[in-house]
Amino acid sequence: MDDRTIGRAGFLGVVGLGLAGLFLARDATELLGRIVPDRVAALAPSSGWRIYTIGSSLPRIDPATYRLEIAGAVERPVTYTLADLRGLPRATQVSDFHCVTGWSVHDVRWAGVRFRDLLAEAGPLPSARALRFVSAEVPYDDTLTLGQAYAADAMLALDMDGEPLSRPHGAPVRVVMPQMYGYKSVKWVSRIEVEPHLDTVGFWEQRGYDEDAWVGASN
Amino acid sequence: MPPTDPPLIRRFGPTERALHWVHAAGFLAMLATGLVLYLPVLSELVARRNLVKNLHLLAAVAWVLALAVVLLVGDRARVRADWREIESIDADDRRWLRGGRAPQGRFNAGQKVNTILTVSFALLFVVSGSMLWLGERDHRFILDGTGTVHELLTLGSVGLLVGHLYLAVIHPTTRHALRGMTLGDVREDWAHAHHPKWVEQERTLRDGL
Repeated sequence: MDDRTIGRAGFLGVVGLGLAGLFLARDATELLGRIVPDRVAALAPSSGWRIYTIGSSLPRIDPATYRLEIAGAVERPVTYTLADLRGLPRATQVSDFHCVTGWSVHDVRWAGVRFRDLLAEAGPLPSARALRFVSAEVPYDDTLTLGQAYAADAMLALDMDGEPLSRPHGAPVRVVMPQMYGYKSVKWVSRIEVEPHLDTVGFWEQRGYDEDAWVGASN
Repeated sequence: MPPTDPPLIRRFGPTERALHWVHAAGFLAMLATGLVLYLPVLSELVARRNLVKNLHLLAAVAWVLALAVVLLVGDRARVRADWREIESIDADDRRWLRGGRAPQGRFNAGQKVNTILTVSFALLFVVSGSMLWLGERDHRFILDGTGTVHELLTLGSVGLLVGHLYLAVIHPTTRHALRGMTLGDVREDWAHAHHPKWVEQERTLRDGL
């Protein structure tokens, strides 16, 4: 064998392996999560989560003074404290989270309030078409149609994996819409606007993302 | 000139050094911004994700363009000769890689393996990174392993970088090599100790003239 063949084979071998990996490699972070010690895991994204923000710092919201305002096309605008929200019928679910940029976290345990229960007190008017979720991370917002928000696995989440939602994940409350990419799951929700139209374009949709973000069918 | 000035020998020309430093600068810029995008602790600390992402993409484009410009205006024949030499893993190199002592050429076997891995990783970084970039708005570009490959390449590259930095900056007998990559030439006695086959060859050429 020519001396040069070895180096060339090594070069093409690594490139070939990498290209094959594009098709074959599964989420390595999950594998890492099983073998990496917990203290290191806290630093590395072994849980699979990446923290996405648009602002210069993560909103810091005091749970004691937090208020969720529900207004717009409703019979009576309502303002909830965190304790009020925890007093509403509690729903739990285990669902996957898919980011539009290509990563996923499987089997996340969520607990919170279904939108039908959340809106019961305010009472959406017959003209209500969509919910606009306004984040404390200004100017982030996004919408779900009323039908999408009433999906069996959509909720306003208060807990994640058995703990109150942490600040990077949108504390104290975030939207969870597992059937859509994560940009629809607004974090740090401060206000829900019930809208009598479907015209509002969310933060990322203004920047080229699909209005509906169905996992596997959009973008 | 004091008599203690040791004779020097040219190891790397301007094109080779430019390729090295353009790659180094590009890699470090992409590593720094990439880690902010990737590690939750850094993402929380820095936030401003859009800015960091744009810097990451800007660094990537600048890196590819700068490498292309260097190759376009530089000494391509020399780079081709280097690559030919790097791909040639001869009997001495194979013995060296197995831990034995064997005389080495201008690139030792470790440097050859490092360069082959660095170039193949760079190509795979460009492919997987472009797919991640395009895939954000068109999911057909995102395959099962795109993110994983980009991550594993980062892990592998950081491993190579750590070893490379240790040998080039810290390890007492090898760090003189840094001079070759900054100024271009190295002490001939050092070169003869570490790369005897190359120095012998140069001397034969020189004496033959």
